[in-house]
Amino acid sequence: MKPTSHNFRDNTNAALANPTLQAALGKLTRGFPVKRLEAAARLPEFEGLRDQARDIKNHVLANLDFYLEQFEARVTNWGGEVHWAKDADEARQQILDICRRVDAKTVTKSKSMIGEEIAINEFLENNGIEPIETDLGEYIIQLRKEPPSHIIAPAIHLSKEQVAETFFEAHKDLPEDRSLEEPRALLEEAREKLREKFIGADVGLTGANMLIAETGSNVLVTNEGNADLTYSLPRVHIVIASLEKIVPTLEDAATILRVLARSATGQEMSVYTTFCSGPKRPGDLDGPDEYHVILLDNGRTDLLGTEFQEMLRCIRCGACLNHCPIYKSIGGHAYGWVYSGPMGAVLIPSLIGLDEASHLPNASTLCGKCESVCPMRIPLPRMLRAWRRQQFVRKQSSSLSRFALTLWARMVKTPALYRFVNRHAMRILGRLGRKSGRFAWLPLAGGWTSRRDFPAPPGKTFMDLYRDGKGRAP
Amino acid sequence: MMSDAPLAPPSPHVGLFVTCLVDLTRPSVGFATIKLLETAGCRVSVPDQQTCCGQPAYNSGDTPDTADIARQVIAAFEEFDYVVAPSGSCGGMIRHHYPEVLADDEAWAARAQALAAKTFELTSFLHDVVNFKKIEARCNKSATYHDSCSGLREMAVKNQPRNLLSKVNQLTLIEGEQAETCCGFGGLFCVKYPEISQNMVDDKIDDILATKADLVLGGDLGCLMNIAGRLTRRNLDIDVRHVAEVLADMTDDPPIGAPEPGKAPS
Repeated sequence: MKPTSHNFRDNTNAALANPTLQAALGKLTRGFPVKRLEAAARLPEFEGLRDQARDIKNHVLANLDFYLEQFEARVTNWGGEVHWAKDADEARQQILDICRRVDAKTVTKSKSMIGEEIAINEFLENNGIEPIETDLGEYIIQLRKEPPSHIIAPAIHLSKEQVAETFFEAHKDLPEDRSLEEPRALLEEAREKLREKFIGADVGLTGANMLIAETGSNVLVTNEGNADLTYSLPRVHIVIASLEKIVPTLEDAATILRVLARSATGQEMSVYTTFCSGPKRPGDLDGPDEYHVILLDNGRTDLLGTEFQEMLRCIRCGACLNHCPIYKSIGGHAYGWVYSGPMGAVLIPSLIGLDEASHLPNASTLCGKCESVCPMRIPLPRMLRAWRRQQFVRKQSSSLSRFALTLWARMVKTPALYRFVNRHAMRILGRLGRKSGRFAWLPLAGGWTSRRDFPAPPGKTFMDLYRDGKGRAP
Repeated sequence: MMSDAPLAPPSPHVGLFVTCLVDLTRPSVGFATIKLLETAGCRVSVPDQQTCCGQPAYNSGDTPDTADIARQVIAAFEEFDYVVAPSGSCGGMIRHHYPEVLADDEAWAARAQALAAKTFELTSFLHDVVNFKKIEARCNKSATYHDSCSGLREMAVKNQPRNLLSKVNQLTLIEGEQAETCCGFGGLFCVKYPEISQNMVDDKIDDILATKADLVLGGDLGCLMNIAGRLTRRNLDIDVRHVAEVLADMTDDPPIGAPEPGKAPS
């Protein structure tokens, strides 16, 4: 998709003025965090598992080439094929080539953030192949031609009324008197439509929650079971995954699974967890004839060895979104691309450029809640600051704000000057504000006073009072 | 919580890092801090060479200025047994971020770490380091405590202010469900993204209103000015104070953002 991250301010204002979205965000951010806390409390070793999960991924990132090659060898051994893709273009072309070779008309697809990242649906459509999202949320936003607003709950921004409206518009055979008021009815309607598609599809495209090097398997985690129908019914299964999804062993995968669902939704496990290893073998009752893995780099290896390397531990659980007060205020679309929340604010600049995404690292109070809940203990605030450092070096902020910062720093570094200037400034503010105790407006402080009063200072600074009173309160 | 804290000498010499916001906008917090520290048996000094901890530069990505400011603070404070700040945010800056910023500076890295190890937020210092018990204060209010983000997540400040406040006569403490959620201040964030910041502080105020408290307490003036400023803008009659004022029984000054006694807001 074409990013709108540079329009962050407009996006934000639209989100704040959207009552349906605000209601949905309130519900989401009150629900998931409580469930996560309860799930963590039921598992005494949860914190220890987070350490283990972090260490597994750190080990992988230090030995990425080894495990990727091991994975490729195993997949080949199963009779599958690994395709290495440098960027989104290459990945799209590889998928299209496979689809063309097997003469595919339709591709069913289970939820994949990499699919969003490379905008595969649009590409397939433009090449005459119909992609069908089979995750309920993804199906809804595909009909509405919208990007996901949350990495695990892509249609979280919509009310059930909006979904009903979307279905009435898209499903032309729906009788007018059909009631779609209840979520259950919406689900049945989508299920009915999707069943036909599952059976008729030529290619099944899935993401991967993990790739396991020792077994050459990909792991699929869903609550709807749609990924299982997506990969097992068509003749061809294509897995699209970025490089850092690799883990060394089955046991490592199990460790990460134990923190994944708990962090995401507060479930012990998601409803369906599937390990796919290669195509159907003689004697297998079902499964695809062909098994392909597209291994996408798209900027990941550029992050290795940088201050952003730890971002590659991310398992896309969405905990940082669910707990982020910024995300709670503006939702996912405001970030202007396919990822959102704290993980998006760190990752997006590396994928679409710091110029396009310049607001994202700055629109944060660095409150640290995200890091405190991240199952992989990714230091997200530290990385937001790292982007800000790059922006400072590149002089990306306005010259006015850079000038103000320089002036302020000069004062702070010259205590006598600092005291002199502030002594007079505070005296004036104190005199003007003493009566009411606050300012509704102050020159050069519109950012503050447009939203809140400025509490008036008493007029004398602590340092002056302390000096005058020789260390005692006056 | 601070089991790694060194055992306090009998009469420790504390350097007060007063913080720029207390210095300029709320001197009473500085004096309350001195009173508490002295009652706890500390000798308190206020180095003249202090201004600001440098967070605005640090969070704007300005490493060179941050490093200069850090060196200035280290030089001014390293002679003391402890450095105490009535702020988790500035305390966290010295404790965690100075060593980071000066990590590659051969001459200063060790000095930054030494200062970091003896720097504390006020309530955790009183509670964990000097085991302060002599609270003689009265406050006939029902209060709710807002956990500032840096205090909570960088300095592990959670129970200390609550335990200390539980000894204040007539004070009732009511927990807000979202006491740990950011108020939307975030330093320059609140002026750069005022729309988002307003939404966050309004959520915070909803949580405060749900407690029916008539006093908001906290350990960081940035958050408190943000909350107080939004409360008065919305004409909500809830007092806001720094926890030190209540603990030191120094609540004669009007609450943050309130008019002088007898003066109606204009």
